[in-house]
Amino acid sequence: MAGNAPTASEYVVHHLTNLTLTGKAQQDVVDWSVINIDSVFWGFGLGILTVVVLWRLAQRATSGVPGRFQGFVELMVEMVNDQAKSIVHSAESRKFVAPLALTVFIWVFLMNFMDLIPVDLFPMIWENGLLPALGGDPAVAYGYMRIVPTADINVPLGMSISVLLLCFYYSIKIKGFGGWIHELFTAPFGNHPVLWPINFIMQMIEYLAKTVSHGLRLFGNLFAGELLFVLIALLGGTATVMGFIGHLIAGSIWAIFHILIIVLQAFIFMMLTLVYVGQAHESH
Amino acid sequence: MNLNATLIAQIVVFFILGWFTMKFVWPPIMKALDERAAKIADGLAAADKAKADLALAEKKAVEEMRKARESAGDVRATAEKQGAKVLEDARAEANRIIAQAREAAEGEAAAAAQRAKQDLREQVALLAVAGAEQILRREIDAKAHADLLANLKQELQ
Repeated sequence: MAGNAPTASEYVVHHLTNLTLTGKAQQDVVDWSVINIDSVFWGFGLGILTVVVLWRLAQRATSGVPGRFQGFVELMVEMVNDQAKSIVHSAESRKFVAPLALTVFIWVFLMNFMDLIPVDLFPMIWENGLLPALGGDPAVAYGYMRIVPTADINVPLGMSISVLLLCFYYSIKIKGFGGWIHELFTAPFGNHPVLWPINFIMQMIEYLAKTVSHGLRLFGNLFAGELLFVLIALLGGTATVMGFIGHLIAGSIWAIFHILIIVLQAFIFMMLTLVYVGQAHESH
Repeated sequence: MNLNATLIAQIVVFFILGWFTMKFVWPPIMKALDERAAKIADGLAAADKAKADLALAEKKAVEEMRKARESAGDVRATAEKQGAKVLEDARAEANRIIAQAREAAEGEAAAAAQRAKQDLREQVALLAVAGAEQILRREIDAKAHADLLANLKQELQ
């Protein structure tokens, strides 16, 4: 953003580039030596905010007449608990899965919510305020800031892989390691040597499809939302009357619509977490 | 849209937050909810019981009232009977006293009349003697004619 005004393409690409530890945009598609500081900061920060606020509330939760905030949290807890009860039938597993679903719901919602903050606000603060104050030059390095962690593919995919790991854990816990391996080769088509490889391939595809769709559904929605906000900001960036009015109208409509999307996506992510863990408990 | 180590960090954070919620957030909230549910259930049960108690008490009160009314009626009847008896007694007593008084008065009146008669008789005798004395203009020995006077007195009786 510093220096000459960027072209539209540069502006969009700039907004979709994560701040990495090296300070440069990541070159390869997969590079395990790179870590996105912005995603980790905002993601971890919002996660901590979620659990700390919930924890503070839980500390002074009263069984008497609840305050408004406690009532609101109880509403969510009851909602998640009811869903967990109807989907995961093991009370023992619910002890971990239900609280996890609650945290995932609120956390994902907050991460999605970052999308409603004006797209240029935090990048501006970072690139024109904080970074120079820290002695950096945004034109040279570290000149990136993405504040929507769920629009960074690593975050939704990281969570969906976590859910996959949970599915493995509960499959082994409920059915035993042998039972699970047996199921991998005999379900869904039946126990016959000819069918074993087919079953196994089917199971692998199922796991892969579940995990990828789980993560990419959230990522896709939020990435598209963010991209649209960036494009709408470009409209205002033309600095014309039509551009300003267009920015105002399109930005308002998309933001209002996006309120629905961020809640819905958080809810879907939580529900699928429960559903996949619930499926891990069932024998074919 | 690049995969990198952020994914690993996210997995770690995911489980840490889940564990934290399970350990420190979920149990107190669920405890509060369960306790409140128990309180509400107790409250409803108490309300039902109070309602039943109230109905019972009302029934009892009506019964007591009926009993009280009955016993009050009894008391009144007895009191009326007793009052009538007292009145009757008093009336009889009064009649008795009146009769007695009348009798006494009559006796006294009779005695007084008798006494008056007696006095009158004696005076009449004296008058008669005095009259006779004057009529006869002679001395009559009262003592000599005592018998005659006594006879006269007897006749006047």
